[in-house]
Amino acid sequence: MAEVEVRDVRKSFGGTNAVDGVSLVCHHGEYLVLLGPSGCGKTTLLRMIAGLEDPTGGDILIGGKSVKGLPPRARKIAMVFQSYALYPHKRVGQNISFPLEAQGMPKDEKDERVRWAAELLGIGHLLERKPRQLSGGERQRVALARALVREPQVFLLDEPLSNLDAKLRASARLELKQFQQRLNASTIYVTHDQVEAMGLGDRIAVLNKGRLQQVGTPDEIYHESANIFVATFVGSPPMNLLPRDGRLVGFRPENVRVVRRSEHQGLGRVFACRVIRIENLGSDRYVYVAVKNDTGELTLIAKLATSEPLDVSAEDEADLVVETRHLRFFDRETGNRTAE
Amino acid sequence: MIGPPPSRGTQIVDESVHVHHLLDRDRVLGPVLLAPLLIYLAALVVVPLVTVFVYAFSDATTGSETFSFVGLETFKRTIADPVFQGAIRNTIVFTLISQVIVIVLATVLGFVMSADFKGKWLVRFLILLPWTTPVALSALAWLWMLDSLFSPFNWILGQLHVVPIGTPVAWLGETNLAVGSVVALQAWRTLPLAAVILMAGLTSIPPELDEQAQIDGAGFWRRLFDITFPLLAPIMMVAILFGIVATFTDMAVVYILTHGGPGDATQVLASWSFYTGIQGGSLAQGAAIGVFMFPVLLGVCILMLRRASGVEVT
Repeated sequence: MAEVEVRDVRKSFGGTNAVDGVSLVCHHGEYLVLLGPSGCGKTTLLRMIAGLEDPTGGDILIGGKSVKGLPPRARKIAMVFQSYALYPHKRVGQNISFPLEAQGMPKDEKDERVRWAAELLGIGHLLERKPRQLSGGERQRVALARALVREPQVFLLDEPLSNLDAKLRASARLELKQFQQRLNASTIYVTHDQVEAMGLGDRIAVLNKGRLQQVGTPDEIYHESANIFVATFVGSPPMNLLPRDGRLVGFRPENVRVVRRSEHQGLGRVFACRVIRIENLGSDRYVYVAVKNDTGELTLIAKLATSEPLDVSAEDEADLVVETRHLRFFDRETGNRTAE
Repeated sequence: MIGPPPSRGTQIVDESVHVHHLLDRDRVLGPVLLAPLLIYLAALVVVPLVTVFVYAFSDATTGSETFSFVGLETFKRTIADPVFQGAIRNTIVFTLISQVIVIVLATVLGFVMSADFKGKWLVRFLILLPWTTPVALSALAWLWMLDSLFSPFNWILGQLHVVPIGTPVAWLGETNLAVGSVVALQAWRTLPLAAVILMAGLTSIPPELDEQAQIDGAGFWRRLFDITFPLLAPIMMVAILFGIVATFTDMAVVYILTHGGPGDATQVLASWSFYTGIQGGSLAQGAAIGVFMFPVLLGVCILMLRRASGVEVT
């Protein structure tokens, strides 16, 4: 397994910068997630690491060596595409053995490796099927088996879960993680789904408009967001932002209490508000409140566990209470985090 | 407050309502929509086809209004005719050779047309140009280009000293050259459609498959022969079938270029049927010659329909 380093990499397509000077390291055996909205450059960055796109500037190192100008097959990487890109005319076994055939491996050894990879992913019984006869989850396993069969230095995964239905996704996430831990493989995983990113990543790199916004553990990204983009992109519902005293005050919806006016004991910051609507989602309630602002009213969301009592109802005048330790402050101009 | 939508009253009934109701019924609408196609097919396909089969078993000529049935007599005479034997051989050979050439060149052109480069619209335009010209017109142009006196090919060959100046090549006068000319023209005119079909086939292959193969370590030739061609095969088959139909049934090229000559060396079924039945006046024999095209075309049609319904969608 190898380290992947990206140094000030740029890529422009006809004048627009898809990737605009990104520097990043994925350590030995690390699970690094590239997270961002569509069009943020995360897939382009992955494709440059794979060698499918040439960077306009900067350098990419795999295992300490520059891979500039090397074709994909010389980089010893494996990639799983969003669509899985299974060869439709080949059987599952032939799909998995394709990378080995390209290496010219002898047949006995090849068969053994294919069986090993197939058993590892629990698809040993599917080797004679064609891809079109497989379910979405099975196709994903075949794509993974094909990726790991020649034990590459690095795994690149491009939204491999987005073609699965929501129920399957949670279990597939668990399997992906266990699989990576067993192989201890350096993995770079691209997704736009912050839940996947939080659940899978050892570290997360958040990208927007071709620029790196923040790199850190899921905890750091969530609790110590570096700017308002990260703060509002990660978390559902997103962080509440309120202009106060020339700055933006931010707090997560679950770190809020909504109480009747003047029933709280002066803990933390209090914002006067009016309850607009209460949504019961089973485990949580979303309480939508309006807070007065210099320019009018802002709608904020509080996420409260249904196990906790709630003694306000719609149209009530109420107080929004946030403990001081949960408050984050951002610059109004730059959007960057500032001190208390 | 937003009120209810303004009432339009109840007097919206008019004359057309009756017709509307009639056409809303599937039992009426279906036949109405199908009728033009069925009438067209009956008048221009079914009637002529039946007529050909009727004539083929008769002794009909253009000189007489009556005819009688003679069973297989006409077929026996037709098969015994050495020109017919040559024509059936030529039809098959011309079709096969021209379509082999077409499929190779069309694949190359398909790659060219689906590639992204500056001025690709011009290249696409030039490739498609022969297809937009009616066969008769392009055959006339080729007739001039292959003329023994004025052929530009002869001029070029003379300038390159491949042939001595003053001894022009008789492109259409010598058996082998005439055969070559007919095959070349058939290939030239069926190439654009095949190229477009293959371009469509190539663009329908998801680009990730080639990229995946690159990452899996496959070089250019392995990707071409192990990934691209197998995926292209079904659509290649479609292009070949179209080409076979177009070449197998064509008489314009031979009729204009060589009149079946020199001698009857380039006679094909379609042209021989025309010369015998229309110009020679022997309707029965002309029809019998035409009937020999039927089994091949029927086979191609069945293959095409199978392809059309059985294409793998992944």
